[in-house]
Amino acid sequence: MAPVLEVSGLSTVFHTRRGLVRAVQDVSFSVNAGETLAIVGESGCGKTITALSLMRLIPQPPGEIASGSVKVDGVDLLQLDEASMRKMRGSKIAMIFQEPMTALNPLITVGKQIAEMVTLHDGASRQVARDRAIEMLHLVRIPEPARRAREYPHQMSGGMRQRAMIAMALACKPKVLVADEPTTALDVTIQAQILDLIGDLQREFGTAVVLITHDLGVVAETAQRVVVMYAGRKVEEASVEDLFANPLHPYPRGLLASIPRVGSARGLDVSPDERLQEISGMVPALNNLPQGCAFAPRCSQADAKCHAQVPPFELKQHDHFAACWQA
Amino acid sequence: MTTNVNTMKFSFMDNVLYQAKRYPLGVAGAIIMTVFVFAALFATTVAPLDPFSTNAKASLAKPGGVFLMGADMMGRDVFSRLIHGARVSLAVALGATCIGSGFGAVIGLACGYIGGWFDLLVQRVTEVMQALPLLVMALVITASLGPSLPNTIIAIAIPLIPTVSRVVRSNVLSLREMPYVEAAKAIGMSEWRIAAIHVLPNTLAPLIVLATAQLGSTILTEASLSFLGLGVPEPYPSWGRMLSESAAEYVRTAPWLVIFPGLAISLVVFGSNLLGDALRDALDPRQRD
Repeated sequence: MAPVLEVSGLSTVFHTRRGLVRAVQDVSFSVNAGETLAIVGESGCGKTITALSLMRLIPQPPGEIASGSVKVDGVDLLQLDEASMRKMRGSKIAMIFQEPMTALNPLITVGKQIAEMVTLHDGASRQVARDRAIEMLHLVRIPEPARRAREYPHQMSGGMRQRAMIAMALACKPKVLVADEPTTALDVTIQAQILDLIGDLQREFGTAVVLITHDLGVVAETAQRVVVMYAGRKVEEASVEDLFANPLHPYPRGLLASIPRVGSARGLDVSPDERLQEISGMVPALNNLPQGCAFAPRCSQADAKCHAQVPPFELKQHDHFAACWQA
Repeated sequence: MTTNVNTMKFSFMDNVLYQAKRYPLGVAGAIIMTVFVFAALFATTVAPLDPFSTNAKASLAKPGGVFLMGADMMGRDVFSRLIHGARVSLAVALGATCIGSGFGAVIGLACGYIGGWFDLLVQRVTEVMQALPLLVMALVITASLGPSLPNTIIAIAIPLIPTVSRVVRSNVLSLREMPYVEAAKAIGMSEWRIAAIHVLPNTLAPLIVLATAQLGSTILTEASLSFLGLGVPEPYPSWGRMLSESAAEYVRTAPWLVIFPGLAISLVVFGSNLLGDALRDALDPRQRD
């Protein structure tokens, strides 16, 4: 089966006064229909810029997608003119954002905002668009959708607004859904519901999902494949099972060790001296990357070669890639 | 059987009545404005006397009797002149405010959106315009266009544009960064459509407040222009001129010549402010229910 989303060699840079900032460098991945790919990493490692590059929503200037291709169903989005790209957004590739509280216009009813999207792409009549909006609200499990459609965003809770955003994003059945930290702003019980919802709708519509997150718990729950990014580059890619069982790169290994576990504080189930790990240091500034591996300054295993040369991203084990001299 | 309160539907009139109950001051403002607009539209039937006919015997007659609000130096009925003057004053106030706010909003929107050298250029021109007082600008413009009602409206509208465009521009700059604007882009909405349905409606609140605040100053500017002979030509009455003509000379001997036009101007400004405030609140969905 041909993947629905194929990203290859994507590089996004920002031209700033302090020099060229390479926010995303040579990132490639592909996602099949109905599959979820998670992109994980700390703040500032290029996850969101990758997502915005897929949508071509990078502010230009100062941003620029320097090279690469983003193919949705074989069509390279980076080659389209602005008008055709606009038609793709929402109908073929849609995005949901982190802030559900402000991602809806406070002056327009939720139903109208979803309907607007349907008229925009399907040229549907008002009545049809409205019915479709109510149907979508029903699909995202908002109770009493017909009434809720007539409400304004401020009358809804954060979780409900995020559902409405998902309803809007999926109203035209896009092939690809880019979800940029969709649950970060929500409380934990709502998080699980929203993730379940995205999963269910994905199965129903066969949508390919790119899930951007820094929460490895979310990854374990929802994704099939994981891409770990560090300082704008991919450092590891594997299936979720492989990555959690056997992380090759020291960065994801550190990330996994830094997840607090219930019981570890009380010394149950783990050895008494096991403490919550942290990765010391900070993500390097993207306009001032170290010469060798970007992670080397924070890595306990780094040697001279690590500091001198950038490690290639290569196949290390069966279907398990990493960029590390030590792995 | 009980009806579910949450599925109740409201007609447009229901909503208007509901809002009216919530904002009694707004209703007061609306009534004041309606009375004045009505007086202006039907001035010839409403006015008890001819506003132009002079009567030497009635010069400076006190209020009461035939002259409800007294008579001026030439024996003309102040009440009738006020009613006729409402035409000029309201036409100037509403006309200039609408034109000024309209152009100001479009320019502000364009500046906030296009940015770059266009914004830079327009902002510098705006600063030059703002450096001149409203009256001086209006003077220069009427002097070059010649005195007439439409020219007076234009002359007063143009100096309003910079203030409005600046307010709208600053609003657009912050609204443009709102997540719902980015979300709108992500669903494939064009910039024009985003400007029309997301950005402009969200700048409406400050725009309404600004416009109602400016109504008063436009009436006074018209008064000054007319006083200098550059506004609406004689003998047509305007509130501003009635006030400014008599203010210095008659304030002690015939105060009704000053009080009543002044009262009319204050009432219009007051009424429009009440109406504007209530309108702003009633149009904001966050303040409904």
